[in-house]
Amino acid sequence: MSSPHDGAHVPGSPGGRTAAGASPQGPAQPTRAGAPVVDDHRSPEPDLEHMSLEEAVHLVEETEHEGRPPAAGPVTNVVTALAVLAIGVAALFGSNALGLGTAAGPAAGTWPLLVAVVTVLIGVGMLAAARYTHDAERFTRASLLVLAGLATMVVFVVLLPVIGFEIPAALLCFVWLRFLGRESWRLSLLLTLGLVTAFYAIFVGALSVPIPHLF
Amino acid sequence: MDFAPVLDGFGVVLEPTNLLYCLIGVVIGMLVGVLPGLGPAATIAILLPITYGIEPVTAIIMLAGIFYGAQYGGTITSVLLRLPGEASSVVTVFDGFALARKGQAGTALGIAAIGSFVGGTVSVFALTLVAPLVAGFALDFGPPEYTALALLGILLVATVSGGSRLKAVAAACIGLLLATVGRDTFSGAERFTFDNLNLADGLDFVPIAMGLFGLGEILYNLEERHRVVHAPSKVANVWPSRRDLRQSSGAIGRGSVLGFVLGILPGGGATIASLVAYAVEKRRSKTPERFGKGAVEGVAAPETANNAAATSSFIPLLTLGIPANGTMAVIFGALLIQGVSPGPQLVTQEPDLFWGVVNSMYIGNILLLIMSIPLVGLFVRILRVRPSILAPVTVLITLIGVYTVNNSVFDIVLVIVFGALGYLMKKLGFEPGPLVLAFVLGSLLEDSLRRSLLIFDGDPTGFVTRPISGVLFLLFVLVALLPVVQALRHRRRAASEAADAPHTKELV
Repeated sequence: MSSPHDGAHVPGSPGGRTAAGASPQGPAQPTRAGAPVVDDHRSPEPDLEHMSLEEAVHLVEETEHEGRPPAAGPVTNVVTALAVLAIGVAALFGSNALGLGTAAGPAAGTWPLLVAVVTVLIGVGMLAAARYTHDAERFTRASLLVLAGLATMVVFVVLLPVIGFEIPAALLCFVWLRFLGRESWRLSLLLTLGLVTAFYAIFVGALSVPIPHLF
Repeated sequence: MDFAPVLDGFGVVLEPTNLLYCLIGVVIGMLVGVLPGLGPAATIAILLPITYGIEPVTAIIMLAGIFYGAQYGGTITSVLLRLPGEASSVVTVFDGFALARKGQAGTALGIAAIGSFVGGTVSVFALTLVAPLVAGFALDFGPPEYTALALLGILLVATVSGGSRLKAVAAACIGLLLATVGRDTFSGAERFTFDNLNLADGLDFVPIAMGLFGLGEILYNLEERHRVVHAPSKVANVWPSRRDLRQSSGAIGRGSVLGFVLGILPGGGATIASLVAYAVEKRRSKTPERFGKGAVEGVAAPETANNAAATSSFIPLLTLGIPANGTMAVIFGALLIQGVSPGPQLVTQEPDLFWGVVNSMYIGNILLLIMSIPLVGLFVRILRVRPSILAPVTVLITLIGVYTVNNSVFDIVLVIVFGALGYLMKKLGFEPGPLVLAFVLGSLLEDSLRRSLLIFDGDPTGFVTRPISGVLFLLFVLVALLPVVQALRHRRRAASEAADAPHTKELV
């Protein structure tokens, strides 16, 4: 049910299909008024009567995926499968180096070997199924937000031992509020100050955690 | 059975500290249930560092409270906003939101709260009776049985966790490999440490769980377009009428039983239970056409079942030491951190812990009932806290929290790495649950396998000739082959349907 339909949508233009249509939202969906409706092909009240359990589980997953980017293409799936395969092969070599042992006398590498063999098999299976896989999401421009978020965390961990946690924490907090969360400048500044003060009071003041701190 | 330890358990719960932490747990659970974004697994993972400083019983009472509290909270967003706060509340949306549109949001919430309370309480009571029996049965399990049980548990969770089965098993394999990092307990050899001293003792559970469940989920949510939330300012008349109660009493009763049974099965859990309970009610009803248009039973059944299932999923964890789902895997990890290894000996060796945790659920359910009926207005107001404000707070709590465990900067690096991995996994259709579960069970599994091989003198047929492990392995093979059989049947059915005139499909 995660359909090729989804793949037809252009990423970054939510509600593109509805905009072209005559009635953007049926009267059946008043709460979604503020939200862009991407999956307008889905009926608002699903019919559980003619549905197997598996389809119902799918429906639950689909509801959870509302507002998510569309399904990824075969290239992503092949790369994913290759990554799993690579992990399996690396583990094969690793367990070989550890000593494989025998069934009667298992060595350090016996168990990793067994797991590695299964991993390789799964990787091959995923590779074979790559064309029919639709459960991966496409990387869109919104994925850059995630990179930015990760970058703030890396900055945090690099700076922490050098200048203590206050400034990196404030930086992280402000970037997340103002740029990733699009809150107003005023709110972002005030909240950042408040939060870092609160963290200082809790971790340094009350709990005396030996975390590096500037003040 | 001997009821003295059960009663002593109440003594444990009624200690002021434990009562306080039970309250804290259920309030946090209710909050994360209401706030879309963070699920119970993520919250429990993020709060792991604070459990270091408190007693094992107290810690687990709190974490359990978060888990079943979230089931109550998830209802509120389903009914009021048509946004399920939890996967297990998705079916509640159909009738709950229809009721809200008719101005009966209060009735829906009230019935859901009562159903949740009954389901939870019935399930705790049944757990009290069943758990010691299961534990007694499992007492003579040896290494081969544990090998089979752990394998079956991981496979079942991977099968039912949603998404692609292949990917779930792949995630589980990676979890098993991660568990091998560090010094081998048998030979002392260093495995996959890349000469890094930080890895010599193996990977810690806390940064992995916090990264995969916590940071991974926050990063994943960053991509989501923020939906504008129109929370109603207040909900009137939460007390359901006598007629509503009479109408839904059957649904609540059946939901309790269904939820309890489905919750015990590994991988089953709250989501499946709520779906099945809804389907059963609709099929039994004399007026099935009301479902989806605001039938109270359609709210009562799934909400009762998901709470009953959330409670009974503690049975496999506390009696066999096998977590039934991702959240239970985190609680398993929390127990290990506390130096308690869950298993069949738990009931007899640590009765205070076992009965303390079980009985705290009665108290927790009462607290939740109070919070969901008279105090529901407070939680509705919390719906207005924006995810964009919550996210940086959670990130900072995670980063600083993981540091406090070992006072180690390396742990922060690990949590970020696993956060990135968690994001990529969710993005590419892998569930993090099987990975965490497999990581937690990894060393138990390897240990039992190697011990069994030593017992059998290297003859793997020993696994199938012992009765219990044989049955478990048979089940393992059946579950592993199930998808293949299903695919074949599906193809045949599709072919026959194309040939015949279209006829109705089987329900569930």
